Amino acid sequence: MSVMKVHGNSFSTSTQRVLAFLYEKDIEFQFVNVDMAAGEHKSENFLLLNPFGQVPAFEEGDLKLFESRAITEYIVQEYNDKGTQLLLPGSNKTMAVLQLWKEVEAHRFNPPSTKLVFELHYKPFFGMATDTAVVEESEAELAKVLDVYEARLAQSKYLACDHFTLADLHHLPNVHYLMGSSAKKLFDSRPHVSAWVADIMARPAWSKVLDKQKQ
Amino acid sequence: MATPVKVHGPPLSTAVSRVLACLIEKDVPFQLIPVNMAKGEHKSPDFLKIQPFGQVPAFQDEAISLFESRAICRYVCEKYAEKGNKGLYGTNPLAKASIDQWVEAEGQSFNPPSSVLVFQLAFAPRMKLKQDESLISQNETKLEKVLEVYEKRLGESRFLAGDEFSLADLSHLPNAHYLVTATDRGEMFTSKKNVGRWWGEISSRDSWKKVVDMQKQST
Repeated sequence: MSVMKVHGNSFSTSTQRVLAFLYEKDIEFQFVNVDMAAGEHKSENFLLLNPFGQVPAFEEGDLKLFESRAITEYIVQEYNDKGTQLLLPGSNKTMAVLQLWKEVEAHRFNPPSTKLVFELHYKPFFGMATDTAVVEESEAELAKVLDVYEARLAQSKYLACDHFTLADLHHLPNVHYLMGSSAKKLFDSRPHVSAWVADIMARPAWSKVLDKQKQ
Repeated sequence: MATPVKVHGPPLSTAVSRVLACLIEKDVPFQLIPVNMAKGEHKSPDFLKIQPFGQVPAFQDEAISLFESRAICRYVCEKYAEKGNKGLYGTNPLAKASIDQWVEAEGQSFNPPSSVLVFQLAFAPRMKLKQDESLISQNETKLEKVLEVYEKRLGESRFLAGDEFSLADLSHLPNAHYLVTATDRGEMFTSKKNVGRWWGEISSRDSWKKVVDMQKQST
């Protein structure tokens, strides 16, 4: 059986998305560090794994994949019986609800939260100046998204259903960084969102991802 | 006979047209329900019940109410796997993984800059809104980088995910169509050998021609 390889960087939110997933599913894999400071992600060799020159990239035997959400989607179907149940098994209908909230994360939550993570976490870390106009605009956009989440989470314990699924998991990396920033107020001020955030961040698989950064 | 499949939204909307193209490829009959966005119908309490973000499309069939065009497309492909274009979302896990990868690439890398350009160059002038030159310039540069990746990929593979037309290619149709036919930036696609060849093939599919007709009839 082929070993799974994840090429990435433990500080990258997209890499963390895949790591959190593999830890939840208790799947063995080899982590191959990509030295982004040295520009390794733009090297010819790496571009063969991800033509966009971004992390993560994934290999299993002959299969090569990129895009964190396509990677988790493939593995979650193939390894449905292993580790935590992250799907909504059953009908097309129940799977569609899961797909919907995965798309909401990808297209509604991700854009403004990624901008905020960049401005409030990565830029200070690299000694760059935060653009307050971008922060204001992105916080306003994220606030509207979180209003929808607040209404949803008042009716449903997790986004897609009453148990933790891939749709919730995909949020972890950006949520984690934002809860360590001034944008925390957007989550704290919404009771159902706040409870959901506390719940998903307390998962042992997420702690393992944070431990990896210390290695 | 009324079909239970309903799509809410104007066919001119890129996200709505993505769903229409998919339904037509899969040979699934549907009703298109107009949403008067000029009158703010998409923000009405009734509409927000089926799309809490107040955007189009919204989708309903006898089983479910959905939003997010790519989630709708995946649902249609899974539910109607045996209808129409059976390979649209792959017929095995590996094919599906490759398609998912390129649908994600479309959503994460192609869509953001191309959406901005479609709005700035095709819609804003018609709505008599002022164009933002710096936004246009930034997003042209981003889109150009993405299309360079596509140029290389499409030199190795007939379609993005493999040898067959898939949901991954389909997902690109709405934005690319406007850029090629309604702006002067079409040559970003047509002047590239492989991207140009690919664009010619995917845009001449019967399903896309039908969507374009629906768009023309709605104006």
